[in-house]
Amino acid sequence: MINTDAVVIGAGPTGLFCAHQLGIIGLKCEIIDNLDKIGGQCIELYPDKPIYDIPAIPECTGEELTKNLIEQIKPFSINFHLKDRVQEIKNEKEKWIVKTLNGKEFLTPNVVIAGGVGSFEPRKFPIKNIEKYEGKSILYSVKDKTIFKDKSVVIFGGGDSALDWAIELSKNSKVTLVHRRDEFRGMASSVAKVDELKNQNKIDVITKFSIKDVKGNGTLTSIEIADEQGNTKNIKTDYVLGFFGLIMQLGPILEWGLNLDKKTIPVNTENFETNKKGIFAIGDICTYPGKLKLILSGFHEGALAARGCFKYARPDEKLRFEFTTTSKAVQERLGVKK
Amino acid sequence: MAKIKYIEHNGKEHEIEVANGLTVMEGAIQNGIPGIDADCGGSMACATCHVYVKDENWFSKLPQKETGEDDMLDQAYEPKSNSRLSCQLIVSDELDGLTVHMPEKQI
Repeated sequence: MINTDAVVIGAGPTGLFCAHQLGIIGLKCEIIDNLDKIGGQCIELYPDKPIYDIPAIPECTGEELTKNLIEQIKPFSINFHLKDRVQEIKNEKEKWIVKTLNGKEFLTPNVVIAGGVGSFEPRKFPIKNIEKYEGKSILYSVKDKTIFKDKSVVIFGGGDSALDWAIELSKNSKVTLVHRRDEFRGMASSVAKVDELKNQNKIDVITKFSIKDVKGNGTLTSIEIADEQGNTKNIKTDYVLGFFGLIMQLGPILEWGLNLDKKTIPVNTENFETNKKGIFAIGDICTYPGKLKLILSGFHEGALAARGCFKYARPDEKLRFEFTTTSKAVQERLGVKK
Repeated sequence: MAKIKYIEHNGKEHEIEVANGLTVMEGAIQNGIPGIDADCGGSMACATCHVYVKDENWFSKLPQKETGEDDMLDQAYEPKSNSRLSCQLIVSDELDGLTVHMPEKQI
């Protein structure tokens, strides 16, 4: 069991800056994120897209913003728990027990949900009765590529993941690449490579088709694909890989007894606490009158939520408002005291 | 101002007046029309405001897709050749009478 002042769910810009604000006022926190890297949507959805509305930063990319935030919270040596997801939050006297998918447990008076639009999960094939094959012969990621050796694999998708795996697996497997339109959105070099392999008959490429059905008797034997006109084809295959990017899902958050408004969590605007004492929501996931889904709003919300955490983490102390320019205590925490 | 008709997958119709300058997605969200999620808020970073423009004349009349829209549509639920992201359809008088159909779900 890890004891801490606050558990922050989500390592996007809002969660990171909230961790900074917690650090500034002398509180410890642990950050949990489902992705394998820090940065949230900034790193997963638009690492290269320039952002123009971060105060005092005329232009920066999602990746640069993330890098700078990581740099900014360095003095607080915050623990990150990546590729993990909070499953359960349970009340324990005046505190919360937070349990993750990987079996980690935290005891904390404060939980700050900075989960954006939820956790990222792979998009699945939209077909019924597919579950019995998922995780066995129908996969959304490759953990061990040796299972495909000398087998047939149908890969769906038009982006880099689909192209990269089609190229890689074509070395030892019979690969069919299926995409719903003629254009592929991957890197030009990968698109060219797939074209080359197609001309050498090393990859079968079928465009303007999508998956319609899977067939098998416990074990997958073949799939049916169809185009918009309703023409169908059957492909015998051992494995099917789908690469349709990631979807954001609220997932377990729905079960924590929080008030919800569509996919967002209503909060007060004094400290961004939810209907549950000690559970705060900030950034894209929270809602209140006038809410703007801007990174700068997330920063503000994080700063106030951190102060909200203080009263539960240090019930006997009074929080004094201090500036980083002048406060010795704050500068000591930042490691910049001269 | 344009009258836009939103038809849910179950056939339920919503006809509303949307102010010029808003997107077809915003018209739905601001009026609480179900079937359009718009998780990313209109930054063309998800595919949860996906609609079908079934009338071919209307589809060809709409502003062309910008780079990236088809890439996101690849990730939508059952995209078709008449699919659009409603966050990329900016309302003007020219869109008066447009009908969009919502897919079975937004993923």
